[in-house]
Amino acid sequence: MLTITIAIFIPFLAAIFVPFIYKRVRSRNIGWFVMAVPLTLFIALASFIPSVAGGKTYIHTISWIDSAGINFTTYLDGLSMIFGLLITGVGSLVILYSIYYLSEREALGRFYVYLLMFMGAMLGVIFSDNLMVLYVFWELTSISSFLLIAFWYHRKKSRSGAQKSMIITVSGGVGMLAGFIMLHTLTGSFSVREIIATIGQYTGESLFLPAMMLVLFGAFTKSAQFPFHIWLPDAMEAPTPVSAYLHSATMVKAGIYLVARFTPVFGGEAVWFYTVTGVGIFTLFWGSVNAVRQTDLKALLAYSTISQLGLIMSLFGLGSAALNGGYSADSVIYTQATFAALFHLINHSTFKGALFMVVGIVDHQVGTRDIRRLGGLMSLMPVTFTAAVIGSFSMAGLPPFNGFLSKEMFFESVLIIRNLDIFAMGPLWGSIIPVVAWIASVLTFVYSMIIVFQTFLGKHQPDRLDRKAVEAPVGMLVAPSILATFVVGIFFFPNIIGNYVLRPAMAAVYPPFKGAEGLVPHISAWHGFNAPILMTIGVVVLGALLYFFLRYWRGIYSIAPMRWNLDTVYNGLLLQLEKGSAFLTRTYMTGYLRDYLVYIFIFFIATAGGGLLWAGGFSIDLSNDASVTINEYIIILVMMGASVVILFAKSRITAILLNGVLGYSIAILFVVFRAPDLALTQIIVETVTTALFLLCFYFLPEWSKEKSTLSSKMGRGIIAISVGSVVTVLALVVQGNKMFESVSVYFEDAYELAGGKNIVNTILGDFRAFDTMLEVVVLFIAGIGVFTLIKLKAGKGDKDVEDQ
Amino acid sequence: METLITILVGVLVTVAVYLLLSKSLVRVILGTAILSHAVHLLLMTMGGLKKGAVPLLGENAENYADALPQALILTAIVISFAVTSFLLVLAYRTYKETGSDNLAVLRGFEDE
Repeated sequence: MLTITIAIFIPFLAAIFVPFIYKRVRSRNIGWFVMAVPLTLFIALASFIPSVAGGKTYIHTISWIDSAGINFTTYLDGLSMIFGLLITGVGSLVILYSIYYLSEREALGRFYVYLLMFMGAMLGVIFSDNLMVLYVFWELTSISSFLLIAFWYHRKKSRSGAQKSMIITVSGGVGMLAGFIMLHTLTGSFSVREIIATIGQYTGESLFLPAMMLVLFGAFTKSAQFPFHIWLPDAMEAPTPVSAYLHSATMVKAGIYLVARFTPVFGGEAVWFYTVTGVGIFTLFWGSVNAVRQTDLKALLAYSTISQLGLIMSLFGLGSAALNGGYSADSVIYTQATFAALFHLINHSTFKGALFMVVGIVDHQVGTRDIRRLGGLMSLMPVTFTAAVIGSFSMAGLPPFNGFLSKEMFFESVLIIRNLDIFAMGPLWGSIIPVVAWIASVLTFVYSMIIVFQTFLGKHQPDRLDRKAVEAPVGMLVAPSILATFVVGIFFFPNIIGNYVLRPAMAAVYPPFKGAEGLVPHISAWHGFNAPILMTIGVVVLGALLYFFLRYWRGIYSIAPMRWNLDTVYNGLLLQLEKGSAFLTRTYMTGYLRDYLVYIFIFFIATAGGGLLWAGGFSIDLSNDASVTINEYIIILVMMGASVVILFAKSRITAILLNGVLGYSIAILFVVFRAPDLALTQIIVETVTTALFLLCFYFLPEWSKEKSTLSSKMGRGIIAISVGSVVTVLALVVQGNKMFESVSVYFEDAYELAGGKNIVNTILGDFRAFDTMLEVVVLFIAGIGVFTLIKLKAGKGDKDVEDQ
Repeated sequence: METLITILVGVLVTVAVYLLLSKSLVRVILGTAILSHAVHLLLMTMGGLKKGAVPLLGENAENYADALPQALILTAIVISFAVTSFLLVLAYRTYKETGSDNLAVLRGFEDE
């Protein structure tokens, strides 16, 4: 389907036009043009829902670097459909929101260019079937995220937050690239579909496990899983629409997408199961623990996002157990975790998107997001309050909101896993997962309550706010209201989502289970007094108690282990890295020409000489040598003598004359070697050079005897002799081993080909005329250089001319 | 002949490298000039020496000397002339501006 391929490029194309339009329309109205892009794409994608729900998939290939197996292949199936709808749907709402959120004084053109670039990149990630293409788009999302976090680049915190996110996500991305290459080495393909089809035969290979871990490394860094989660709170320096879009609804879910996409490849392996589940559960726990202590609403939401991402991640881990041993009537039950994950993925985007927008509104209206200064906004901002209640209660897992449904399914999944007897999971480990999940849910309840009650209830403190609290303009309220409507709507009609969106996605994650009974359950809000509902009741009771007595136990956060911070580790590492690289650079970048030349010569000796040794290529064949006459002996001896004497010359005139001796001797050698053109040129050039040297010496000081220590002289001598010997040996070896026929015979047809009888002339003037032309250019440039250096007037104190 | 010239090339390279590693700007320039001499001879040798007549088709000879290295060397001679003259003027200008042609002094430190 070409449509999907085009869909990836439309945002990029629109991004190109934005600056031009912004030049004309310098107002917030530019946003309407931008919003049309995701809205159109959303409608176009939505029109595929019925056929994708019917099990159809669309694939389209544009041949690119076919020989390397890299083609621009797009693939639309149930899984990419969910993400595509989220990216375009939430994207439309976020842009609508940003039209009213951002001031007209901001660089709106730049903002929307970055946002559209991100959108295109994100669509590229989810629709690419080819791993190399996926990787490029993946890094592009990191780059656009970097640009958006640093949107207010005059703030130091924005810059450091952007840098942090860039360093962490890009290093994850590079690791992932290595993993992809390993997969290619294993299976010989970059296509995800082909890898899924053939991976079964390669699970025993030694590269399989490293590839898995590297792919997970990429996914965990992107999705802010412990211990890579530290970039997400700092990313909150971005404008709130960006946080709502990139850092809660879409980009951070790219890692989740990757895990879901690769579940058919790696799922069913014990390592995958334990890593994904373990990291996910711990992130869920750690995120919720840290969220409670935050006083900045946006930081609280950041940690809550980390926590919820951990929840989704752990569900994918639990769900992968079903692939161990393939399809059977018993294993279908484990797939329910994945179903819950996909369902919660959608729900999280709706309620968290709404919550971010609510926080943005509060910040925008009263000028602070610090919960210690907020309170009592309920009556002043009733619509915002309603959206906040819906979002928070859904996050806490209360009915009648969609979060309740997916939270219940989450509890059910962690309880089911206790019965699992594969992967050598004993009753202890089996019970730890539900317990940790339950504790994290209690804390989730607590921080959800903090958002609602400490912002909107309690005492209003108008004197501590920057601005008088009034309800936001209608335009800003539309987007969160739509999301809140979804939160409630999905609760009442969950099976529409289940049947039309989740069913094909489940088929994509579980190819062997396609069409199996029970893969897509009927979602119901009420299912009797069973364990999950009891767990929810427990969460509410304990959560409420903890919330009311929050100020009594908050002191726990200042106890030592709680104060340990991964940020300190990150900052320390960064500092050490900078120090280390500065030290390294200072050590070898000495500023002495001699040192740099020494590096070059040592490298030459090591590679050329070492290469000879390593290849053992010392077969010297001297049998083809031409004979030597006595005159030639004399010339060569004179040259050797002259060159050595140069080293000991007391005066520079001697040295220059000796250099002249070398030059004229070479001219004689050229005559001997049947090269009249060379001999002529050499004589002329040598004459001019010598004259030039002498002319310059008139202005230069007499050369002083070099004051250098014996050891320094010895060092120079050793390097010089080594280079000379390597060159000699190399040349001798090359002469003795002719591996190819000479190409020179071709030029002997010079008269037919170029109409000239002097072969050397035809080569220069015809066969390789471009060479000669560029040689003239070099001469010309050198001439300009000489002229400027002589003519340019710049007195000693007058540095400006050279600096400019 | 080839062996002999190759050894000559080795000697010239050794001298050139020694001069290049010197601290005096003029010695460095002299080093580059000698290095280009060495490379020209090396190129010549690679094509084989005294293998035929002067590469002029009018000679009607059986074999001609290899013309390709000759063309390359011709280009190289001219370029090395350009480089040498540029470096010389650069040295002249440096001395005029700073009053020194010693690389260690120019770097900001006295002799070792």
